[in-house]
Amino acid sequence: MSPLEPLLSSPYVQMMRVRFDGHGDELTAILPYTETLVGNPLIPALHGGAIGAFMEITASAALLAGTRLAAQPKPIDVSVDYLRPARPQDVYARGIITRQGARVANVRVEAWQDRRAAPVAALHGHFLIKPEGEG
Amino acid sequence: MADDLQTLLDTLAPLLVDGSPHAVALGFRLERIEPGMAEMRAPYRDDLIGDPDTRVLHGGVVTALLDHACGLAAFAGLGGKDATATLDLRLDYMRPAEPGRDVVAVARCVRASGLFAFVSAIAHDGDETDPVATAAAAFMVSRVSQEAAAKARRAFGQSATPISKVEEE
Repeated sequence: MSPLEPLLSSPYVQMMRVRFDGHGDELTAILPYTETLVGNPLIPALHGGAIGAFMEITASAALLAGTRLAAQPKPIDVSVDYLRPARPQDVYARGIITRQGARVANVRVEAWQDRRAAPVAALHGHFLIKPEGEG
Repeated sequence: MADDLQTLLDTLAPLLVDGSPHAVALGFRLERIEPGMAEMRAPYRDDLIGDPDTRVLHGGVVTALLDHACGLAAFAGLGGKDATATLDLRLDYMRPAEPGRDVVAVARCVRASGLFAFVSAIAHDGDETDPVATAAAAFMVSRVSQEAAAKARRAFGQSATPISKVEEE
């Protein structure tokens, strides 16, 4: 079973149609563009909340891929910086586990579109984790 | 003046959610918008569940709800004229939302001046004193968001002029 199975079984993650592309120890999350992701059609830009949610999903995926967890990570707090408007096209993201303790992990995520060096948003947050085999 | 703003907000209210495809897709409903405050509801829906075992709504739904409600409070705080871009959004998840219950975000503009608006918000599932999450967000009237607001005014026949001008970059 893929370590990402708990995440992929989430109705909300399925509704957002988030996919993952793994190569070696690098995991890229993909948010495929659909019209329903648009927040403001006049700019047009994707909804900031959708980008934030996508980066939370990416952080969970990074944690699930990094360690065997008994349950999905739960966000404790997240902080999102919106760096440029996200255009109506696919969004990609990668998470880096900055620190992982027994219960809490700190994760950073960057999301980009055309160029990875020009991120559209960045997230950092704390997540509650439950490593496998612990009560 | 405040009455004029309330009239403007009441006029725009249907567009502030229905004009946003993502808010429509998630079923968000605007409950209240007043000068400097907005209240918006996310319905409890099976397709918004994060964990099928607990049936708790995904944190991302709460994120999107708070983001949208904070944006509306900033818009209403800046006089209902300029659209805003989110600079940052900080969320504290206090506890999981109760399965089966809608989540309501209440956002208040703490300060709106010139190009910036600062908003604080809570999300609750029935009791405002027992929040599911709290948020703090900063917004800016950017050139891009100003152009979008101008486009909206032309589209909807509003004659209001922007309250501020953004310098060319």
